[in-house]
Amino acid sequence: MADTGDSKKEEADYKRLHSFPLIRHTDMPEEMRVETMELCVTACEKFASNNESAAKMIKEAMDKKFGSSWHVVIGEGFGFEVTHEVKNLLYMFFGGSLAVCVWKCS
Amino acid sequence: MPVPQKPGATRTKQDDDDHGPDLGDGADEWMQGKTLLKPPDQLDLTEAELKEEFTRILTANNPHAPQNIVRYSFKERSYKAISSVDQLAVHFVLEGNLLHKDSDEARRQRAKQGLPEEKPVDTAAVETDEEKAETPGDAGEEVGEEGGADERPDSEEVKPGQKERKLTNQFNFSERASQTLNNPLRERECQTDPPPRANFSATANQWEIYDAYVEELQKQEKHKEKQKAPSTKKEEDKGKKKMMMVEMQSDDVSKVSKAAKIVERMVNQNTFDDIAQDFKYFEDASDEFRDQEGTLLPLWKFQYDKAKRLAVTALCWNENYRDLFAVGLGSYDFTKQGRGMMLYYSLKNPTYPECIYPTTSGIMCLDIHPRLSYLVAVGFYDGCVAVYSLKEESTQPIYKSTAKSGKHTDPVWQVRWQNDDMDHNHNFFSVSSDGRVVSWTLVKNELVYTDIIKLSLEGSPSDGTEGLQLPTMACGTSFDFHKQIDYLFLVGTEEGKIHKCSKAYSSQFLQTYDAHNMAVDAVKWNHFHPKVFISCSSDWTVKIWDHTIDTPMFIFDLNSAVGGVAWSPYSSTVFAAVTTDGKVHVFDLSINKYEAICQQPVVAKKKTKLTHIQFNPEHPIIIVGDDRGYVNSLKLSPNLRKKPKEKKGQELPKGPEVEIAKMEKLLSLLREPESNTN
Repeated sequence: MADTGDSKKEEADYKRLHSFPLIRHTDMPEEMRVETMELCVTACEKFASNNESAAKMIKEAMDKKFGSSWHVVIGEGFGFEVTHEVKNLLYMFFGGSLAVCVWKCS
Repeated sequence: MPVPQKPGATRTKQDDDDHGPDLGDGADEWMQGKTLLKPPDQLDLTEAELKEEFTRILTANNPHAPQNIVRYSFKERSYKAISSVDQLAVHFVLEGNLLHKDSDEARRQRAKQGLPEEKPVDTAAVETDEEKAETPGDAGEEVGEEGGADERPDSEEVKPGQKERKLTNQFNFSERASQTLNNPLRERECQTDPPPRANFSATANQWEIYDAYVEELQKQEKHKEKQKAPSTKKEEDKGKKKMMMVEMQSDDVSKVSKAAKIVERMVNQNTFDDIAQDFKYFEDASDEFRDQEGTLLPLWKFQYDKAKRLAVTALCWNENYRDLFAVGLGSYDFTKQGRGMMLYYSLKNPTYPECIYPTTSGIMCLDIHPRLSYLVAVGFYDGCVAVYSLKEESTQPIYKSTAKSGKHTDPVWQVRWQNDDMDHNHNFFSVSSDGRVVSWTLVKNELVYTDIIKLSLEGSPSDGTEGLQLPTMACGTSFDFHKQIDYLFLVGTEEGKIHKCSKAYSSQFLQTYDAHNMAVDAVKWNHFHPKVFISCSSDWTVKIWDHTIDTPMFIFDLNSAVGGVAWSPYSSTVFAAVTTDGKVHVFDLSINKYEAICQQPVVAKKKTKLTHIQFNPEHPIIIVGDDRGYVNSLKLSPNLRKKPKEKKGQELPKGPEVEIAKMEKLLSLLREPESNTN
C-alpha cells in the first residue's frame, strides 16, 4: 500500500506534514469536539512517550468537564468495538502514528 | 400652713446669722475634698468660747415686720395704727406637680389618658412609701425630676418592686400540648429513558493512519488550489458577487410571488368560473321578448377590507390592458376627510387589488395615461396633485405638487392627461375648487405648473346680484377636453355653470352655459360626435348639449342626484348615469329619447350611493363605484348595446361615421323646431 520510510527525508516530511490532528469520526457537537480535540493534542504532546499517562490525563479531564464516565484508548494499532452514548464519541489520529478514541459510556 | 412653715422660717434666720463667717462650713457640706479658705479676719476662739452655748428663743414674730403701720380710717376720719401685723414671710415657693393617686384630679387624668385603673394604684402605693422615707426638703427636688425618674439610678428601688409584684408562681404551671396530623407520605417514581447509545467500531493501525493522513493532505491541497484560483477572481468580482447575491435573493422572492400570483389567479378562476362564463357568453335571452328595454347582469364585486370606510371617488380603465382599472378612494363628506387609497383591480382577480397605494389625503380623482399606462395622475382632497408610477416599487408618488409649486388650495376634482408637449414632456391638467385650471408638466424630477385659466365670476356673464354674493372665484368641479380640437375644453363649476374655454385665453370663456342649479358633477364630450357633450349634476338632471348652442338638447330628470355619467364607447347615442339612490340608468337616444332603456338598482344596501361609472373600452361591461368603497362590474344585456347593423349591415366598418350620423340625425330633429321658433 504505502512504501513506508525509504529515506529519512521522507520520514521527516511525513512527520512534519502529518503532525496535525485528524478527526476520523465524531458525533460530538462542534464546541465539545473542538475542546476534546485540543485536549487530546495537549495530552499526546505532553506525554509523547507514554500513552497510558496521556490517556489517563484525557479521561480525567473529560470526566471533569463533561461528567463521568469517559473512556480513552490511545495506541498505534488496535481494533475496537465500543458502545457509547450518542454525541459523545471522538476517534482521531494524531502525530502521524497515534490513534485516539474517546467515548463516554456510563 | 404655719406649721410646716416654721422650720423654713427658722432656717432662714440661721442663714441670716451665719452669713458672713460660716460660709466655709456651708461650702464644705456641698463641695467635699476642697481646701477651705478662711477669711483673714476670722475670729480665733478659744475652746471655752467655742463651747459656750447661746440660747436663742425662736419666736413666731417677724423681726423685720413693721410695728407701726398706720392706715386712714374712713369711718373715723383719722389715721389709725393697725394692731395686727402680718408675721408671715415667704422665702421659697415651688409649685408642685405631684398628685396623690387617689385624688380626684389623678383619677381624672388617668381617665383622660385612658390608663387602666389598677396599675397606677400599685405604683402609687410604692411611691407614697418612698415619699414618706424621704425628707420633705428633698420632695421638691424629686418633683422636678419625676419625669426622668426611670433612668435615674435611685429609681431602681421602684423597678424591683414592680418585678416582684409581677412574678407568678414558678411552681404552679401546667403543660399543654397538641398534635396535628402528619402529612400523608407518598411515593412517586419515574423512569427516564437511558441516554441513547450507539456502537462504533474501527481498527487503528499504522497504514490506516497513514492513508488517512495522505488522503487528507491531498484534499487540502486540492482545496487550496481551488481557493487560489477563484480567490484572484473573487477579489475583482467581490462587488459584483454581492450584487448578484442581492439580485438572486430578490429574484427568488419575485419568482415565488409570480408563482403565487399564478396560483391566486387559478384559484380565482375556479371560484369565479360561473361569473367568467357569464362575462364571456351569457346573453340575456329575455331581451328578445322585451322589445327595447335591457338589463344589467351583476358580475364581479370588487372590494378591499382596508378601503371599506372610503367612498369610490374615481374610476378609470387602463387603455392598454383592458381588464385593469384604477379606483380612487376618498370621501365626499366634508366632515369625514382622512386617508385615501388608490387601488388597481384586474377583472382576473376580483378578490384582491393588484396594487395598493395608501395615501394620507383622500383621493378625489385620477387618470391613467392613455399610452403610458403605468403613469397615473391623482388629485387629492388637500389640493395636491401627484403622479404615481406602477413601475416603481414604492407606494410613494414619483411626482407631487407642493405648496411652493402651485398646489391647489382646494380639493382637486378632476385630472386628465394631455398629449405630450413640444418638448415631449408628459403633462396633465387639473381643476380644483379654488377656481384654477392648471397644466402640470413632468420635467425631469419636478412638476412644473402653468395656470391655464382662472374661473372668475366676473368673466362670466352671470347676474350682477348673484356675482356680488358669491366669491370672486368660481369653483371648478369637472372638465373635459375636446376629442379633436386640442385647445377646446369644458369646465363645470360648483355654481352649475359650464364654461367652454380655450387653452389660449386664460381669462375669458368662449361660452358659458347656464347648465344646472347645483354643482356640475361631470361633463363629458361625446366619443363620436364632435359637437355633443353631456353634463350631470346633483340637481337630479342629466343634460346633453350641442356646444354651439346655449340651451341643452336633451334634459333627463333622474329623480335623484346624479353622481356620474359616461358615454358608451360603442355607440354615440348610448350613455349611462349613476344616481345616489343606487340606480344605474342606461339611455339609448336612438331608441328612446325620453326614458332610460334600463333603470336598475345595483347596490346591496338601500342607503348606498353610487358615485361613478365607467364603460369598459372593449367589453360590454360597466363598473360602478359606491360610497362604501365597493366597485361593481355589470354586464350590459344585448338590448343595451344594440347596433343598427340589422338595418344597415354594411355600414358597420365605418363605425364612427355611422355613429356621428346617428347622433346628427337626432340633433337635427331637435334643431329644426328650435330654429323655427328662433
